[in-house]
Amino acid sequence: MLEVQEIDVYYGAIHALKKLSISVEEGSIVTLIGANGAGKTTTLKTISGLLRPRSGSIKFKNQELTNVPPEKIVGLGICHVPEGRRVFPSMTVMENLEMGAYLRKDKKQIAKDLETVFARFPRLKERQKQLAGTLSGGEQQMLAIGRALMANPQLLLMDEPSMGLAPLLVKEIFEIIKDINARGTTILLVEQNANMALSIADKAYVIETGEIVLQGTAQELMNSEQVKKAYLGG
Amino acid sequence: MQEFLQQMVNGLSLGAIYALIALGYTMVYGIIMLINFAHGDIMMVGAYIGFFAVAVLGTNIFVAMALAMVTCAVLGVVIEKVAYKPLRNSTRIAALITAIGVSLFLEYTTIFFLTPNQRVYPAEAFPVTNYHVMGLTLSSKDIFVFVSAVVLMIILQYIIKRTKTGKAMRAVSLDKEAAMLMGINVDKTISITFAIGSALAAAAGVMMGIYYNSINPLMGIIPGLKAFVAAVLGGIGIVPGAMVGGFVMGILETLVSGYGSSLYRDAVAFGVLIIILLIKPTGLFGKNTGEKV
Repeated sequence: MLEVQEIDVYYGAIHALKKLSISVEEGSIVTLIGANGAGKTTTLKTISGLLRPRSGSIKFKNQELTNVPPEKIVGLGICHVPEGRRVFPSMTVMENLEMGAYLRKDKKQIAKDLETVFARFPRLKERQKQLAGTLSGGEQQMLAIGRALMANPQLLLMDEPSMGLAPLLVKEIFEIIKDINARGTTILLVEQNANMALSIADKAYVIETGEIVLQGTAQELMNSEQVKKAYLGG
Repeated sequence: MQEFLQQMVNGLSLGAIYALIALGYTMVYGIIMLINFAHGDIMMVGAYIGFFAVAVLGTNIFVAMALAMVTCAVLGVVIEKVAYKPLRNSTRIAALITAIGVSLFLEYTTIFFLTPNQRVYPAEAFPVTNYHVMGLTLSSKDIFVFVSAVVLMIILQYIIKRTKTGKAMRAVSLDKEAAMLMGINVDKTISITFAIGSALAAAAGVMMGIYYNSINPLMGIIPGLKAFVAAVLGGIGIVPGAMVGGFVMGILETLVSGYGSSLYRDAVAFGVLIIILLIKPTGLFGKNTGEKV
């Protein structure tokens, strides 16, 4: 579904991604794990068009994305839940969700999807008139996910959804990710919490200083000595 | 007391004009963090278009105002595309200096083509009648200015609060990157913001013409600066703040002219700016959040 081939991304003179290649199969959960600053967020931002690769190609369902502007990429069915949630703080929960469906015109289907999001996150329904900035961290994460789902994406890019959340909430968020995937949305998940990420993923990549150093099924990586040592706490 | 109320009434229409101009300042600042110093001059262009619509084309004042608003909306979008957009990723001071350049360009282009002379707004543009209500004198032009400004502000509030475009404008001003990830076209949204702000300035320009009876190519400078003070007073980037700030500045100015001396009215306006910057730089409605990192 998504083929990232040998992309090179620079921040000024810094070579942030070096010939990075990953592929995401339709219906799967793929995770990209690695330390802070390894290039995980950069990879997602490049896929969603916020950053441009200097070379290489990104194909989504065989369409080249590297020269498509970010707002059009959303229209193609890729939605990005950014690191740190990035909800619109002084807009209401409802308005945030409406922004998720910004490009869609099918009012009936939008209303249906809103019901689905509210069914999944009853807290959001209760707080729909509240300003997003007044929600707790966990609720904001749910709003960020709900907002992305309102775009009805085929591929969901998720950047550190567990960041800053209490362990119980982290578990809940991962359950939700699994469930979203079970209902047909493909997921590319970036995480520092390698344990959790590997436990729900089909396939995984390990990224270090802008390069993929290991890849395999989640099971394989979970059993790899190298991964255990570096990312799973021994 | 009667005298005081009369001054307040006079101040309301002037305040409404400042509020309309201040809205453009604040909306543009909210979305691209730029003090658009050419904004007062866009108002001046609007005043001229209204003038020619009435004097040459013979339209009524409403058509003249609509024409001025549409033309200035286009002008605002062009200015943004040509002058500000190429500088979006450079320093803010570069864009600010460019804005001053655009301001001078508009002023002196107008002088070049239309001479620096005053033009008297055609009397047929707006027949003046005075009404006496409870001992107060209400001029039809004050009523016209106040009512049309308030109607425009209500429409603006509706656009910002209720329409998809308005929500997108707020989203872009809060977080451009996140807005892009929603599929919002940021460039287009910025253009719309300039169009709306400039249209409001044009309406204010036509009102200025009616209010003061005469227009000239440099008429935008001082009201532009006062509206800027109004925007800062309300909290720059905050739409209701600009409205309140505009009215406060207008009323303050008429009170100073009425009770003190009209020589001091400009000094008082800028005195207000100094006081806000000393006491509450975020303005009346501003939250103390600091810059986003």
